[in-house]
Amino acid sequence: MSTASTEGTAAPSDSSAPERTTERITGAQSIVRSLESAGVEVVFGLPGGAILPTYDPLLDSTKLRHVLVRHEQGAGHAAQGYAAATGRVGVCMATSGPGATNLVTAIADAHMDSVPMVAVTGQVSSKAIGTDAFQEADIVGITQPITKHNYLVTDPADIPRVIAEAFHLASTGRPGPVLVDVTKDAQQAMTTFQWPTSLAELDLPGYHPTTRPHSKQVREAARMIAEAKRPVLYVGGGVIRAGASAELRRLVDLSGAPVVTTLMARGALPDSHPANLGMPGMHGTVAAVTALQRADLIVSLGARFDDRVTGLLSSFAPGAAIVHADIDPAEIGKNRRADVPIVGDAKEVISDLVPALQAEHTAGRRADLAGWWRQLDDLRTTYPLGYDEPEDGSLSPQKVIQRLGEISGPETIFTSGVGQHQMWAAQFIRYENPNTWLNSGGLGTMGYSVPAAMGAKVGRPDATVWAIDGDGCFQMTNQELATCAIEGIPIKVAVINNSSLGMVRQWQTLFYDGRYSNTDLHTGVGRAKGQRVPDFVKLAEAYACVGLRCEDPSDLDAVIDKAMSVNDRPVVVDFVVHRDAMVWPMVAAGVSNDAIQYARGLSPVWDREEQDPETGLEMNGTTR
Amino acid sequence: MSTGNGTERHTLSVLVEDKPAVLARVASLFARRAFNIHSLAVGPTEHPSLSRITVVVDVEDSPLEQVVKQLNKLVNVLKVVELEPETSVQREVLLVKVRADATTRGQVLDVVNVFRASVVDVAPEALTIEAIGAPEKNAALLKVLDPFGIREIVQSGVVAVGRGSRSITDRALRSA
Repeated sequence: MSTASTEGTAAPSDSSAPERTTERITGAQSIVRSLESAGVEVVFGLPGGAILPTYDPLLDSTKLRHVLVRHEQGAGHAAQGYAAATGRVGVCMATSGPGATNLVTAIADAHMDSVPMVAVTGQVSSKAIGTDAFQEADIVGITQPITKHNYLVTDPADIPRVIAEAFHLASTGRPGPVLVDVTKDAQQAMTTFQWPTSLAELDLPGYHPTTRPHSKQVREAARMIAEAKRPVLYVGGGVIRAGASAELRRLVDLSGAPVVTTLMARGALPDSHPANLGMPGMHGTVAAVTALQRADLIVSLGARFDDRVTGLLSSFAPGAAIVHADIDPAEIGKNRRADVPIVGDAKEVISDLVPALQAEHTAGRRADLAGWWRQLDDLRTTYPLGYDEPEDGSLSPQKVIQRLGEISGPETIFTSGVGQHQMWAAQFIRYENPNTWLNSGGLGTMGYSVPAAMGAKVGRPDATVWAIDGDGCFQMTNQELATCAIEGIPIKVAVINNSSLGMVRQWQTLFYDGRYSNTDLHTGVGRAKGQRVPDFVKLAEAYACVGLRCEDPSDLDAVIDKAMSVNDRPVVVDFVVHRDAMVWPMVAAGVSNDAIQYARGLSPVWDREEQDPETGLEMNGTTR
Repeated sequence: MSTGNGTERHTLSVLVEDKPAVLARVASLFARRAFNIHSLAVGPTEHPSLSRITVVVDVEDSPLEQVVKQLNKLVNVLKVVELEPETSVQREVLLVKVRADATTRGQVLDVVNVFRASVVDVAPEALTIEAIGAPEKNAALLKVLDPFGIREIVQSGVVAVGRGSRSITDRALRSA
């Protein structure tokens, strides 16, 4: 198992030992050899009728490790977690029909979050296609809108080329999932194997991703950055996928501009860096949200102006000019008009921006950002992230997550599910490194955490991997604890157990008069206090994992230390927390980001008498 | 051309690989991005491995840019070109069955001649007329035929080609 690498998995051009043979092998053997030739080291999957031929030669492969999951969704998320933690292409495998449809959620998730992934599925025999055969599903049709591209292979001679294309597509340009559906008869038929040795042997005449930015656009962007009085670098997941953290750091230090890191970009710039204002958006920091709102220039790097970042789009950053750099031209101008569009890979764009900005500075063009920083620092100091300790002495979920981050340290990989615990994990853990924060941002898939942690741990076996999960999310995919226990994948799971679908409950508290319709999960707190269905400690033990529980704040560090000390098997910690804790700050859905509240009913004060005439920001009497 | 609801009609020529399910990929893209297709025609080109889809959409300018970019993201799409009415030839085929008995047949035939259409089937009570032309011309023909009693209409999607000597296929293959 290799450790972290930001290089893509071997595209054909990287292949050191081209394999060409006239030996007759089966299509199934061709699939296994193709995966080996693509540099795959691990496949997450679960066999069934239509993929059985491929599982036979898989047994003999010395290069491929197969991790047998308990549900195909787990295979998909594990491939995602592996990919997100290592930067390599994640691979999952399933049979036809329900096996393939069980992958759909993970494929859609990978599509939304631009995760490089190849899914190989078995399909019924070509003669049976279209007959509603047993376990037949049109998975190519089903996944068409949620893959970067997909294939139905009926001729075994096509297998190496198609799999090579799949890896090339998944890992280049804007990364994404590619599905390869191979009929059972194509797996069984005899064929020869020829792994493409160059990109010219791939049949992709319509695929030419632009990675090099246009120099004129870069110079124009640099000029705007140099002259802007209130610039903000709006950093998205593209910077993580491009492995551009070092370049970003240089641009930040050179420009002196404030930075916001989106949910997908946490860790792209260390949280300890003074220019990092934290996360923007619905649950972003007051400083990050306000910086964007009041900016005169937003430089978007690998971000896509998602509704969870912009709030009500028409009122988002009304005074800002936009430089929008993205590898996907379709993202530019999709939601917000770009004044300077730049199509290119984030790493190359930022690399080019640095000397271009240096040239501006050399030419004497450089705006003074001191006033802007005074305003932002004032916001940071006045409205820091925080939380109230529960008055009844119960555990604060934010505190649990904060201590997990502090005790486990900045080399730890954290995954999360979706909901309150996800937002707290994005807010209260200090991320210092890219690829250490893995979550389902675009699709918002509950159940991502445990299987993604499993995949991350396989890809980065030396790293500590914590799955921060909710009690709702955990119950969706915790069957993969069996996989982890048996395959020797010692992940750590922190169940932030408020016995509720917590984020839904928060919305019911805020917007539905506290009418808690179907959000009580009976896992430890609330009306049926002490009732635990299931008991997560017993559940962990049933899966041959260590099960721990923490209910008392005074035990918190000791329990985390105990979990940290277990390295020979998975650990599940049931943190039974206060259920009324809410995620703040918050911008309610569909309203302007100006309406951000840092606690219930409490909005930052913008319009006191002493305010900056240009920005409308309160000046606190001391600045300028 | 204005469509009367704030959108504009645009004709896109989409050069695609001749592979299974390409038409489905293009059509489903329009559906899921909520772009309204007015007409769509697909057929082979002078290059054996390529097909050409002509799609007429009703969109405003900004979404049109999205349509083109999203189409370009499809791996099987080689090139997307917007064909402006002034610089292209646009044609659709219309077959229309009109009520025409001995008393009205002469009048209907006069209309056919004026529009340079042709009669492709004759029955005692009806004529079937074939017209090939720009969409506006065929629409005008239908308007004039309407009083006689239209029994059935079938129209192809628009096909279009740029005026002059240049070929989008050549250019697409050169850049490939």
